[in-house]
Parts: sequence; C-alpha cells; structure tokens
Amino acid sequence: MKHIISMLIENESGALSRVSGLFSARGYNIHALTVAPTEDDSLSRLTLVTSGTALEVEQIVKHLNRLIDVVKVLDLTEGSHIERELMLIKLSTTGDTREEYKRLVDIFRGDIIDVTATTYTVQMVGKSAKLDAFIDVIDSGLILETVRSGTVGVMRGEKCLHI
Amino acid sequence: MEMTGAQILIHYLEDEGVEHLWGYPGGAVLPIYDALDTDAKKLKHILVRHEQAAVHAADGYARSTGKPGVVLVTSGPGATNAVTGIATAYMDSIPLICITGQVPTGMIGLDAFQEIDTVGVTRPIVKHNFLVKNVDDLASTLKKAFYLATTGRPGPVVIDIPKDVQNAKSNYEYPQEVEMRSYLPITKGHGGQIKKAVELMLSAKKPILYTGGGVILGDASDELVDLTHKLGFPITQTLMGLGAFPASDKQSVGMLGMHGTYEANLSMHNSDLIIAIGARFDDRVTGNLEKFCPDAKVIHVDIDPASISKNVMVDIPIVGPVKQVLTEMLRVLAKTELKLDQEALADWWLQIEGWRATNCLRYDKTGAKIKPQAAVEAVWKATNGDAYVSSDVGQHQMFAAQYYPFDKPRRWLNSGGLGTMGFGLPAAMGAKMAFPNATVVCVTGEGSIQMNIQELSTCLQYGLSVKVICLNNGFLGMVRQWQEFFYERRYSMSYMDSLPDFVKLAESYGHVGVRIDDPSTLQAQLDEVFSEKYKNRLVFVDIITDQQENVYPMIPAGAGLNEMILV
Repeated sequence: MKHIISMLIENESGALSRVSGLFSARGYNIHALTVAPTEDDSLSRLTLVTSGTALEVEQIVKHLNRLIDVVKVLDLTEGSHIERELMLIKLSTTGDTREEYKRLVDIFRGDIIDVTATTYTVQMVGKSAKLDAFIDVIDSGLILETVRSGTVGVMRGEKCLHI
Repeated sequence: MEMTGAQILIHYLEDEGVEHLWGYPGGAVLPIYDALDTDAKKLKHILVRHEQAAVHAADGYARSTGKPGVVLVTSGPGATNAVTGIATAYMDSIPLICITGQVPTGMIGLDAFQEIDTVGVTRPIVKHNFLVKNVDDLASTLKKAFYLATTGRPGPVVIDIPKDVQNAKSNYEYPQEVEMRSYLPITKGHGGQIKKAVELMLSAKKPILYTGGGVILGDASDELVDLTHKLGFPITQTLMGLGAFPASDKQSVGMLGMHGTYEANLSMHNSDLIIAIGARFDDRVTGNLEKFCPDAKVIHVDIDPASISKNVMVDIPIVGPVKQVLTEMLRVLAKTELKLDQEALADWWLQIEGWRATNCLRYDKTGAKIKPQAAVEAVWKATNGDAYVSSDVGQHQMFAAQYYPFDKPRRWLNSGGLGTMGFGLPAAMGAKMAFPNATVVCVTGEGSIQMNIQELSTCLQYGLSVKVICLNNGFLGMVRQWQEFFYERRYSMSYMDSLPDFVKLAESYGHVGVRIDDPSTLQAQLDEVFSEKYKNRLVFVDIITDQQENVYPMIPAGAGLNEMILV
C-alpha cells in the first residue's frame, strides 16, 4: 500500500542524503520525494511517498526516527489527510487538438500557463491520482515534457506536524 | 580562553576524561598533532601502524571498559582506512569517536590532495557524523558527538575537521550541557508492558532467556544474573552476549545459533516463551525465519525500537534501557502473588538435560595432531578462565566462543556483526592499554592475523604484552569448512601457501615466538607462555592444528534451529 510519510528535518546540509541513503541502504522504495524550508529557518519539511506492507512501513518510520537529523515523523496515510501535487505538463497542440485539450484542461481544473503556436503548458494541482488520470487521457505521443513536484500533504483539522 | 581549533580539541578530550587517543598523523591533522605536543597533559596518544588498527584498538578499549574509544586520523586515505573499523563498531553498537582531518574548507570539493567526502563515505556506518565548518562550533559538536556515541543504542560518531578550522581561533570553555531536540534517548521501559511480560513469564511452561550484547553494553549483567536465578529459567547467550551471564552457571545452556550448542538451539526451538534481552534476532542466531521457534511467544527488551519486530514478530515489546527494565522486572516479580509453574519447569529442565547429555562439544582427543578445541581449552586452563580474550574471524573465533567459557562481561571481544578479520590483535591492544595488569589474549588464525600483523610493532613500542594464540591450520578454515560442506570439497583459494615463519616474525618484531605442534606438550608450553616469565613480553604462539577439523555443531544456512549437524 502507498504511504505518505511527512517529516521535519534539520535544515542542514546532509540531512536529505541521510534520509535518501536510509532508503537505498535498506532497500525501501521512494516513489516521490519533496523537500523545502518551513517558516522556521532551522527546519525543512520533507514528504515522501513509499509503499510496503504495514510492517515494512512501521520499520521505515522507526528507522527514520533513528536518524539524528530527523526531528519528527508522521505517516499521513494513518489518518484523515489532504494531499496535493503540482504538475507542469507541456503538450504538443496543433489543429483540432488545441480546442479539445483546452476543454480537457478545464474539466480537470487545470490552467494553461504558457501558449505557443504549437504547444500548451498546463499547470495542474490535485491528488497524484488525478494527475495520473489527466496523463492517461492525453495521447502519449503529444506529451513533450512532464514535471511533477511530488506529493505534499497535511493532516485534516487541528492535528499538525510541529515540534 | 582563546585557542586554536586543534588546541580546543585536545583540551576538550582531556576535559571529557579521555585517557587514550589512537591515531596516525598526516597532512590534514598536523595542527592537531602539534597541539598534542604542546597542550596535552594527561592524554596519551598511541601511534598505530595502520588506521584500521587504530579504530579496532579504540573499539577493544571501549568493549573492555565501557568507555568510548577515541581515534584520530588524517583525511583521505586515513579516513578510508578507518572505515572498516568504524563499520565494525557500528554493527556491534560500540561507542566510538573518530576524528578525521579534512582539507581546508576552501578546497573542499576541488579534488584536493588527500580529499575524500568523509561524511559521505561514513554516513551509512555511523550513528551520526559531523563536518565542522566553524571553529566556534567545535566544542559543542564534540560534546554532541560524545553524547550521541555513549547514550541510547551506542555507536560510532565521526567528526570531520578541516585544517583551517583546526588553525582558526575561538574561545574555549568546556560545554557542561548538551541538548538535541531530535535526539531523546529512551530512559525508561513502559511499566504496563513490563508487568504484562512478567505475568507471561510466570505462566510459561517452556521458557528460555535469550540475551545478547545489549546486556553488556547496558551494564546489566548483575540484574540479568539476579533475574535468571529468581526465575530458574534456562538462559542462552549470543556470540555478542557471552559473559553477561556466567557460562559456568548450571542455568546456562551455552551459546545459540549457527554454531551454538545442541541444548541451546533445541531449547529455543521447543520453547513456548522466548525472553529476548538486548539481542536482535540476527540471521546467524535464527537460522531460517520460517522455521524459527514455531510455538514460542516473544518478549523483546531492547533500547532500539527499530530492532523490535524487524526479523521476528514480537508479542510484548519493551523499549528501554536493559538495566532499568530488568530492575523493574525484578521489582514486579518480588511483589506479585503469581507463582512459577514449578512442575512444568522441572519437566522442561529434564528435557533440556537430555539434550545437554549429547555433549555436543565433544571432540576426538586421541589424534597425533593438536585439535583447535584442545588448544583453546588449554588456554582457558593456563589463564584460569580469567583473561580478556579478543578474536579475529573464522573457525578460531567459534572455537574460542565455544571452548573458553566466560564468567564475566566485557571479557570477550569479537567482531560479531561485521565479522572483520584483522580485528583481534588491535582489539587486544585496546584492552591491554586499559588493563595493563590483566592477561589479554588474542585468539586468531594464520589468515586473520596477517590482516593487521603490523601492529606487533605498536605492541613493542608501548609494551603491550598481549599473548597471541594463532591456531595455524594453513587454511582459511571457515571458508574451507563451507567448501567441504556445500561446494563438494573444491577448496578454491582457501589454502594459505607460503606462510611466514611466525616464530621468527615475532622475534624480528622484538617479541617472543613459540611454536607448539605436539599435543602432549600443549598444556605445559601454554602454561609457560602465561607464566611470570613472560608477564611483560608479547608472546606469539604459533599452534599447528589439525587441518581437517570443523566447527560443530552447525546449522547450515536456510535450516531451522532443530536441524543441526552434530559431528
């Protein structure tokens, strides 16, 4: 099963490689990983998407907690949460497809943020599954480039990840 | 007081109470070696002959004393040579501080002479590591390093210090306190879980205590002995745990695992309750996990939550320091009105004594060649079973574990997790430096000893009168054994040709060399080696042993604990 693990790590050089190194050393998967500073200069928020059995994910969380640079870890998938991912996707659009793709982007509540005579660049935000669904409806031959941010998320309601 | 980074380091180590520094100089640590010369008052530096040995020696010091070992090496090759030693300490959770020199900060990343990304190279084999970029952070970083290395589940910590930071000046004051928001070692096991565990123990019919290196690291030997006696259960110890409970006590059924005793492995396999304390269900202990102890419930006491339910599912996990948890268990046990099932326990012991009666460690004592087992037994007699014994890795390591029963903790020093050949001699140096008046033995083989034999020179320089017992069978014995069992006796590259004359070699290093090849003089010759005559000399004892001898019992890889090869 897919798990979204979110953590606060020390905003220090090397902290990210300790996390990614743990995953490669112990043979765990990383489907996506994203990291950026928070409102507190000394902390970064790192979110990663991994998969495994409940036992495997429990081990992953334990090992993450063991890392000295990891301040706090939360498996968002354990509770009710909100997850979002940003995608920029560049499509080759000429002739008939231009109108069709404009409609599709509207249906998916995306924005066309750059236009040339032959391309659209679409910005889309949502759950990863929604972005997957958009990609699925586009003729793969017309996709010039895809950039995805990786999933970020928070728990619903008052529950927070903070120190 | 204002001083250079190098001086701060030396002053800090002295203020921290460090007695010995094991190291080797080089370009990127010259300022530190200079400060050692000008500023050190009590700190003693031991110049090894290879950085790997510096780390193993500091490790041997740490294992035998419980205090952190401290190492100083230069950048690049100094650091990479230390890597095997650091990994050895990491796998066995040994508290260690390794200070490495680094090229000046301005040159980092430019492929400078003797530059290596030490923090990157050592990252997977340390508890934590630091690159100190600012001299103002040096003292507080050192404090954190010692705190991390010695608390919680101990382990090695590397501090990489660029040369310009060693030369830069800052005010030094010994930091009294340390606080790390992301590191809060657990100090207490959960009371409810402990109570549940004690209740389960009291209801067990076929229980067994399975204890490991964590008991020794956590200085919980007394508590373990007390608890084991109060419960009356059999106890088996891992390779890393030997000595925490006296091997001579009748409740001890010996070591378990791949080369464990018949009674230990069968008691585990047939038990209805395993009480694991400071042990981590290593693959060399469990054998095939699918066949592991089918009827047993498991209580697991460990300071590291990640060790729990990693290989074997645990019914009652208790995360906490072993000493505190065992003390609490004793307290609960004293108060409870529940009683042990003495009748069931008597039946259980009857069964165990039946297994013990197979005398699985018996061996042929009649041959014309010296049996390695007999050599270890003779060393045990000659040292009254009271030596510090280090070992290298291979058959001799298993023979030492099986035939030198340990009654005290911190007496058995071996690389259990990583299995590092070359560990034995430097580890023995560390123990000898810590306990100059104690008998320190390095049990080794002709293969392993050659991996750090250059340290004989260090031993002469510092008067480290270690006794090296080399079980010389001309083969990489454990490799040969596996080739005999699993590769149709194709002894590919396991025969050691062109061996040196170890007696002459020892003499050329300024030591005493003794060769023993006659079973009838084995004990007398060893008695002499350990007599007053050689009290202050390193003696290298080259014992020519039976080439074909194997380590038994043995559980082949993939088999269960009940599927042992006996002889």
